[in-house]
Amino acid sequence: MDMFLPPIRGTTPTVNKMADKMVNKTRRPAPMPILEFQNVSKIYNNTTTALTDVSFSVDEGEFVSIIGPSGSGKSTILRCVNRLVDATRGEIIFDGHDINRANKKELRQVRKKTGMIFQHYNLVDRLSVIENVLHGRLGHKHTLTGVVGYYTEKEKENAFQILAKLGLTEQAYKRCDELSGGQKQRVGIARSLMQEPRLILCDEPIASLDPSASKVIMDHLSVINKNMNLTCIFNLHQVDVALRYSKRIIGITLGKIVYDGPPDQLGKEKIHEIYQSSEGELITDVG
Amino acid sequence: MSEFVIPGQSPVSLDLHKCMRKTRGGKIKIAAGSKSGLAIKLTIFILLGLTVYGLLTFDYKNIDLAKAINGTWSNLKVLFGQPRLTYSSFAAAMRALLVTFSLGALSTIFGALIALFGALLCAKNIANPIAANVIKGFVAFIRAVPTILWVLIFTVAAGLGSVAAVIGLTFHSAGYLIKAYAESIEETDGGAIEALKASGASFWQIVSQAILPASISYMIAWTFLRFEINFTNALAVGAAAGAGGIGFDLWMAGSFYFDIRELGYITYIVVAAVILLETIATKIKARVR
Amino acid sequence: MLGKNQTFVNQTPLNQTSVFVKRKRTFTLVFLGTLALFLIAAAATNYDVIGGFESIPKAIGWLAKNFVPNAKAWSRLPDILTKLAETALVSVAVTVCAALGAFFFSLLSARTTKVNRWIGRGVRIIAAFLRNVPDIVWAILLMFSFGQNILTGFFALFFATLGMLTRTFIETIDEVSVACVEALQATGATYLQTVFQGVIPSSLPEIVSWVLYMIETNIRSSTLIGVLTATGVGAMFDLYYKRMDYSAASLVVISIVVLVIAIEIISNQIRKVIM
Repeated sequence: MDMFLPPIRGTTPTVNKMADKMVNKTRRPAPMPILEFQNVSKIYNNTTTALTDVSFSVDEGEFVSIIGPSGSGKSTILRCVNRLVDATRGEIIFDGHDINRANKKELRQVRKKTGMIFQHYNLVDRLSVIENVLHGRLGHKHTLTGVVGYYTEKEKENAFQILAKLGLTEQAYKRCDELSGGQKQRVGIARSLMQEPRLILCDEPIASLDPSASKVIMDHLSVINKNMNLTCIFNLHQVDVALRYSKRIIGITLGKIVYDGPPDQLGKEKIHEIYQSSEGELITDVG
Repeated sequence: MSEFVIPGQSPVSLDLHKCMRKTRGGKIKIAAGSKSGLAIKLTIFILLGLTVYGLLTFDYKNIDLAKAINGTWSNLKVLFGQPRLTYSSFAAAMRALLVTFSLGALSTIFGALIALFGALLCAKNIANPIAANVIKGFVAFIRAVPTILWVLIFTVAAGLGSVAAVIGLTFHSAGYLIKAYAESIEETDGGAIEALKASGASFWQIVSQAILPASISYMIAWTFLRFEINFTNALAVGAAAGAGGIGFDLWMAGSFYFDIRELGYITYIVVAAVILLETIATKIKARVR
Repeated sequence: MLGKNQTFVNQTPLNQTSVFVKRKRTFTLVFLGTLALFLIAAAATNYDVIGGFESIPKAIGWLAKNFVPNAKAWSRLPDILTKLAETALVSVAVTVCAALGAFFFSLLSARTTKVNRWIGRGVRIIAAFLRNVPDIVWAILLMFSFGQNILTGFFALFFATLGMLTRTFIETIDEVSVACVEALQATGATYLQTVFQGVIPSSLPEIVSWVLYMIETNIRSSTLIGVLTATGVGAMFDLYYKRMDYSAASLVVISIVVLVIAIEIISNQIRKVIM
């Protein structure tokens, strides 16, 4: 696992400098945020409010978990970043660009740089594993080469290399509908790594998996985060998982941030506030 | 891409090359190469081939395509733009519509009744397998004969009139609904049937207590779908077999009086009726679900 | 506590009876409604219920005697098969052409892939219109300009098939490809890349299955259109039928049945492999 890929150097000089600073842990100046939400609100169909004045920022290399009850707006936050959902108000700055003002071409650039991992894996079930992994290159390709599914030998070799790191080489030519849930999610991770992203958005990555497959997935993502210094933002249902893996927790209730800080300061009472529940109602209360 | 390759290492280890499938030219393959993918490609290839072959070899009788299309276009404009009744009246058209509707209704009712028993005899989970296969084969035969042919055959065999039309339409409806009902019954939870069997329930008790309650809503949905089909079939039969109703009026307006405006008027009535029927059917289906 | 329990005990049988009463009432209503519909329909068409039942054994007797191919009919088999092949080929060609158009239209209109709300809505309206204008209206209308030509049947079936397939393809695309379209969009894939790498691979089996079903349906419909427009195997049947050469007519029916069943069997085999 620790032979994972080395940290990606940012393309801009400032980011490179920042990466150097991250390595040098003796002093910690305020690092440049890679993602910033400034008073973001989202209202669906003029009626349903999903987010109200959400503000936070994420630094390069962070491993952040967003927790909160179903329908609290977790998914909306992630989907606003790559604009699968358009924010109604506020600014979202990713890597120095205002995403809400991005035109079609700039949006493609933003999406290229953000990988996304889904609860239901969202693979093209009838294509092979390797084809699904190579889909991560589509954002980098000319429309037509992508349409006909032409990939360079280098891209294919890289895809195999990533599959090897995730332990999927045996499955490379299987169709995705022949895989188990945990394997499918690893294909999802491989697809997003293939994009060479700056940021990975994980939308309930383990909600459909059994505990042992969940652990494999979380371990992989945590190694990727450490070894590649790749920023990861999670939506998680499992509070215990969020507490164990992340360095920072954002709690969200009814579209508002109610907690933003390290996991060790998140007390039971705060968790109950986030989930708007009382003592004994949450599974985490047991034991 | 280069950022992804670990510096100082060969890009891909030898082991990895063993996992790759290569083309003859040494390129890495990426397709799964599954049987189903191949079957889809082959099917599409054959269908496209047949289409091209057909379009190239059809006997077009030297038709002037541009003229025919232009003519049809201007006829279309008259049809939908200037509908008018000359030979018939609105009241007569409504009576004819009622006849067509009734032909559809009668054949649906008869078809559904026959299908209810037929389906019980050939649903895999409750029927005798030999009897089921015999009935399924017979039903496949009945469905394979186009409705219009049933009607024409019965016109000679039983005399002209609504009887021939209804019986002809019923044949196909029954065949269609037996298949549909049987599939609905086959989806019934096997556990419920087994539990009733274990408690010593009779065949009819199982049918009324386990099977019908579970599949009735699907059956009703299928019946309404068939009613819509029977209505259009009754139209067609009216036109092509002279079985009466508004289909016959359509044919008279177009092929006897050559009156496109009248044809347009009746078309509007028919389309309105079809849409109304579809809307009602959707409402009822939503209610029984 | 006690009060709560009591109401609970009291309510259970009450609720159960009300379910049974309701079910009984629904059945009674459906039965009475069907009976009323039957009586009205029988009156409107002067349907002779007893005569109808009596005619069935009579008709079967007649069929068994007259509707059997004899030696003379068999000699017409090559002609019949030529026309049958033509009808089959028309059905395939119509369905494939309509499917190509329908796929394009459905992309414009499906929730997952639509380009623009208004185009999507427009396509749906056109498809609904094409579906609801019966194919015999198209056939009668096309007869004016195309005459007794193979294209009359072709276009009559084309419009109805286009409308039907557009609707089913829209449903298919929205059903099978929502998830992968979202994922491909998130990677920065362009619209066409998403369609060719996501939508087509995931919906193709379903689409092929529908096309096979429509070919089967269109063979039956084209027989009917053929009777109306004097083309294909339908015209062949009509010709023998009007000449009262029932023996030859029966051979036409038998060959149609063999073709339709063969296509059904082949389609089912293909479906088993591709789904």
